[in-house]
Amino acid sequence: MTTLTVTDLHKSYRLRSGARVTTLQAVKGVSLELSPGRTVALVGQSGSGKSTIAKILAQLERPTSGTITLDGAPVGTRGRALAHYRDHVQMVFQDPFASLNPFHTIAHHIERPLLLHGRATRANLREKVCELLERVNLSPATSFLERRPHELSGGQRQRVAIARALAPEPTVLIADEPVSMLDVSIRLGVLNLLARLQREENLAMLYITHDLATARHFSDEILVMYRGEVVERGPADDVILNPQAEFTRQLLIAAPEPGNNPRFLAEAQRRGVPMPDHLALAEENS
Amino acid sequence: MATSTDPTSAVPNSAAPTAGTPGRLRASLRRLATPSLVIGAGLVVVITLFGLIAPFFVADPLAISNLGMAPPSAEHWLGTTQTGQDVLAQLAWATRGSLLVGVIVAVLALFLSAFFGILGGYLGGWIDEGFSLFTNVVLILPGLPLMIVIGSYVQQRGLLLIAFILAITSWAAAARVLRSQTLSIRTRDYVQAAKVAGEKPHRIIAVEILPNLLPVMSSGFVFALITAILGEAGLSFIGLGVVGTQTWGSMLFYAQNGQALTLGGWWWFVPPGLMIAALGCGLSLINFSIDGIINPRLRTAPKAARSVRRAEQGAERADDSEATTKEVLA
Repeated sequence: MTTLTVTDLHKSYRLRSGARVTTLQAVKGVSLELSPGRTVALVGQSGSGKSTIAKILAQLERPTSGTITLDGAPVGTRGRALAHYRDHVQMVFQDPFASLNPFHTIAHHIERPLLLHGRATRANLREKVCELLERVNLSPATSFLERRPHELSGGQRQRVAIARALAPEPTVLIADEPVSMLDVSIRLGVLNLLARLQREENLAMLYITHDLATARHFSDEILVMYRGEVVERGPADDVILNPQAEFTRQLLIAAPEPGNNPRFLAEAQRRGVPMPDHLALAEENS
Repeated sequence: MATSTDPTSAVPNSAAPTAGTPGRLRASLRRLATPSLVIGAGLVVVITLFGLIAPFFVADPLAISNLGMAPPSAEHWLGTTQTGQDVLAQLAWATRGSLLVGVIVAVLALFLSAFFGILGGYLGGWIDEGFSLFTNVVLILPGLPLMIVIGSYVQQRGLLLIAFILAITSWAAAARVLRSQTLSIRTRDYVQAAKVAGEKPHRIIAVEILPNLLPVMSSGFVFALITAILGEAGLSFIGLGVVGTQTWGSMLFYAQNGQALTLGGWWWFVPPGLMIAALGCGLSLINFSIDGIINPRLRTAPKAARSVRRAEQGAERADDSEATTKEVLA
């Protein structure tokens, strides 16, 4: 299995306004390790550099400095070496309404990575596509093949995006706020799907989010980012229950977490509202 | 641990499998067939058919007879010219010539604008800077004077040469539009996702970006067609047009030379003038409809459709508030 290691990653952007040139330090010295079967959550507010890290790991951006290694070997940035890297590292984008090409069918979105990474031949292509769609709970798969993204709901689209990311059979999966654009009622379903796939495939996963509750529930380790730097890291429960950094504490206070609020739970129970699993779980743990 | 199917997304799964694709196609066609599109396309189709078919049935347009400046009659439906040539025959061949020039120019301009606009926009960096500079230089070249200069400089003005001159002066505006569209599409997530999937740049341009530029390109194509036909008519009218091929512009040029206006020969200059006006009108109407399809803000919905939409929005709002209450309770 594959371990992706990031060491001392820096990324700065040059901003030009007229004659003045300033540099924006988006990521300052971040190190992290993604190993099989483990989920690392990257938590932070907007503009803290989370998505920049995702883009660098997906090789959509080049880091200013720092090294990325795959099983100890520095990763290639072009040609065959890049193709090899993409075999191993795939990404799920934040916005399922933007990440699927409105012009193409669902089948096209899954077929291309399958063919590009040699996971299917022309002969068994259809079969493979259906298999992937079924795995992300889009069934009957054949009814989705010829549909276009605009005919699907947000949750269904994100499932297609997940199937596409899984098509090259990656060992590392980067999920950049995979549920932030989805309706609240279907977020848990998509997150549970990701968790199940991660268990089945023994994936190394980077889960980027600004939601501390799901970060705690779905990940083993949490990294808290603030203005491009990691201000706190540790096992998920430690970070949430015993925050060390000032910023983490602020984040925890700012997040409305009804699971920790007895008044909400009592009210919900009184009205007979079914509890989402992670809240029930949180109750048991605390 | 919950199973990973959530009830909310499972509902649309089961509903509406891919039944009734022809019906859906017909419905979307009906939605697109606005009055302006129907009238515009009708005008263009009629004129095109006239240019394609009529030349086979008319007499020799250049045959001279003794019957000069004759008004419309049963024998000569649109009368004759000063030298006794049949105007209807000339009009038929001129329609074919003008359309031919227009289509050649529009195709050339489309290729030029796509090359400079899309490639520059996608690749960025120095290539984009160079292409943009070149596009801007061509854009500010005054079109007609340049055509006059080149047209008067070259002695053998064939149809292809004139088309080429018109094309190199008319692609720049479309290239700028395509470049800005490409710049916007290039950063969209689906292009990024295609990169992560390992697509090669040429495939990203051809398969992921180009289809989404089709509406813009088709509107540019129609616009180039109008400009080319008008430009050619202008060139021909001042005597710098195609030699050896009849066009509407050349008809007007000869009518002017033959003093059709002072002699009261309206049947000589009105038909080509009307044809230019009608084709320009038809193509503009088509362009407006394409605009309406590209830009939803310009879309004019029939009253019934509007009220349906309002009702749907109302329902959505109700859904939203329901979701919010759920969220609060959860």
